Amino acid sequence: MKKSYFAMVALIIASLVLAACGGGQTQTPAATEPPTEVVTEAPTEAMTEAPTEAPTEAPTGEATEPPASGEGITIGQVTDLGGIDDKSFNASAFAGAERAVEQLGGEAKYLESQQQSDYARNIQQFVDEDTDLIVTVGFLLGVDTATAAKANPDQKFAIVDYSYPDCFGDTAVEGETCGSATELPNVMGLTFDTDQAAFLAGYAAAASTQTGTVATFGGINIPPVTIFMKGFEAGVNYYNEQKGTDVQVLGWSTADNDGVFTGNFESTDDGRANAESFVQEGADIIMPVAGPVGLGSAAYCQESGSCRIVGVDTDWTVSASEYSDVIFTSVLKRVDNAVFDAAQSVADGSFAGGVYLGTLENEGVGLAEVSGAASELTAELDQLKADIIAGTVTLPE
Amino acid sequence: MTQTATVKATKPKGIGGGTLGQALLVPALAVLSGLIIGAIFILAIGENVLTAYGALFRGSFGSLPALIEGIRVYFSTGENQALVRALYPFTESLVTATPYILTGLSVAVGFRCGLFNIGAEGQFFIGALCSAFVGYSIRGLPAFIHLPLAILGGALGGAVWGMIPGYLKARFGAHEVVNTIMMNWIAFRLSDWLLNGPMQASGFRPVTPNIQPTAELPRFFADPLRFNWGFVLALVMAYIVYWFLFKTTLGFEIRSVGANPDAARYAGMNIVKNFVFVMALAGGLAGMAGSAQVLGVDHWVGQGFAAGYGFDAIALALVGKSHPFGVVLAALLFGFLRSGATEMQSMAGIPIDIISIIQGLVIIFIAAPAIIRWIYRIPTIKTEETVLTRGWGS
Repeated sequence: MKKSYFAMVALIIASLVLAACGGGQTQTPAATEPPTEVVTEAPTEAMTEAPTEAPTEAPTGEATEPPASGEGITIGQVTDLGGIDDKSFNASAFAGAERAVEQLGGEAKYLESQQQSDYARNIQQFVDEDTDLIVTVGFLLGVDTATAAKANPDQKFAIVDYSYPDCFGDTAVEGETCGSATELPNVMGLTFDTDQAAFLAGYAAAASTQTGTVATFGGINIPPVTIFMKGFEAGVNYYNEQKGTDVQVLGWSTADNDGVFTGNFESTDDGRANAESFVQEGADIIMPVAGPVGLGSAAYCQESGSCRIVGVDTDWTVSASEYSDVIFTSVLKRVDNAVFDAAQSVADGSFAGGVYLGTLENEGVGLAEVSGAASELTAELDQLKADIIAGTVTLPE
Repeated sequence: MTQTATVKATKPKGIGGGTLGQALLVPALAVLSGLIIGAIFILAIGENVLTAYGALFRGSFGSLPALIEGIRVYFSTGENQALVRALYPFTESLVTATPYILTGLSVAVGFRCGLFNIGAEGQFFIGALCSAFVGYSIRGLPAFIHLPLAILGGALGGAVWGMIPGYLKARFGAHEVVNTIMMNWIAFRLSDWLLNGPMQASGFRPVTPNIQPTAELPRFFADPLRFNWGFVLALVMAYIVYWFLFKTTLGFEIRSVGANPDAARYAGMNIVKNFVFVMALAGGLAGMAGSAQVLGVDHWVGQGFAAGYGFDAIALALVGKSHPFGVVLAALLFGFLRSGATEMQSMAGIPIDIISIIQGLVIIFIAAPAIIRWIYRIPTIKTEETVLTRGWGS
């Protein structure tokens, strides 16, 4: 009898649901596995990631059971619209959180935001759960993070790719949602001196180009993008100064504060077209700073065999491994290290608000292995890195 | 579909015909079936159904013990912290339902006239941008002028965005499905430009400035409760749309055009006028959804602001049988599911995508009631067919 069977199942489920509800707050230690069901995101036509984000390694996927002791810290990450498996800074940040609870004990969880109005709700959820550290990812969460931080002064926050003060423009209501390090002592802004790493990439590219020309392009002309391009150009110029060469940089000019931009962070076709035209102008190493757009450039390089790519944010030989044969090197933005450091500071009680700056020195930024680099180039890069850390080589502002 | 449809001039009430109980039976069973199959998915990914649905329920309604405790604490000590916390889940669900109600109405109104408005997403975005612009650019107005002006701005923006495909349909016979989709793309790209240019707050971020406090839809409670007058606005609009469709001559005309445009034309009704008007109305409602969202909840607009409300609205209108009250119920269902999913995701570690699966299943079951009737052995009742949209050639 189908009828009775279904009715029974329905009754059982209903009673289970009701029983669970009556049980009050039964908190369970949830294993935070990455979602196994990957349903396509709601169609968001707008840019859903911070501009410079590119594919990266997926979260390690290990269950994060706390060690035997009840110690350790709880970390709650609120993603932006890119979601937890965005192969970008959301994934990278969570990898850092998972590593932190592995070493420190505790639990790392995440909440995915599907709409702008989810940010505040997801933050509130973690506030209600008395999470030790709430990690919010991306500048679009800046307002909601500041609001929650003001309302809950004892709650510790870290926000990726953002730092206060910022009032979202001078027309924001005074004192409403904007803050500063002194006003928001419970928020750590995680920002990155990616130009230091891009400087090394520019130097390496200048040393390795066969044609005497290298190139870069960006998504949109905004500081988080152009900081890569500036550093890259500066690195090439520094090489020219040191070696008396005349390696050209296409696609960016710090003097003009302008360069080549695709205008989006989506179109791999644009990435392909840009790479093609740069190659025609003589470039053989290209650094695309436009997220997945760069994959189009990599595809062109692979097909034509006429150029190599400098990846950004993550090691593209891992995150875009299908193109690893044309990846020259990658400019690393170690969001995971920054989140790990933030978590550690919470655990050892040294947490302080303000700005965390990822640099070569604290491994917040770095350069991936340069493919096919001669040993003298590797040595020069090591020396250059040490000089930048020591301050003997300074980057242009 | 046109052939089987009847003009419901004499029977305005009821959602899809029959008594209210009959009308609600299939949707209720559809929700139940959706949850049961959702449970199978949860089991399949190795999680506890009990924990998951318990968290889903708590996340969308709150828990009774917490509420009682909150009330007790409030009356004994005057401390409202616990009470606010207890009320938070329920009010958040209503906040989530608000844009669903208005965009659902938008699509439903179109269906009633035989027009398929896939453009609610774009109209929503345009409405939000217009409201935000009125909200932040005008300063010094008192709230009782500024707020209505901001809402009106959003509604007008959406109305224009809807009216264009309506006019193209009426004047040139260009199909509204194609044109509303095109208008969506124009809205998305236009917003990219606006948020990176003319409407950008100072700094590099693609967001508008915050709106002035005088343009905000007032909230009923203090932070973090975001429950605001937008929800009331949505309910009022639902009633107005109901009244308009079923109690006015113009509403009758619209439904007649939707049921059978040839007959309506023969009866001397102006098809062109109706198409343009209905699309403007639909756009206005979706635009108002954007208004309510920016003025009541977010107070600023950033890239990714429109995240599928307009597309979910199509399903809502189907589930609600294009009846304003049905749409409200369906929107509440979606709101509670979406809102409860946060707690489920956090407490039970269930991917938020499971909610999309449950929603999809509910939609399938409601769109194809025969499945539900077959599973639960419900005898088929003769119900009136509601015209959703006519085919391509019409």
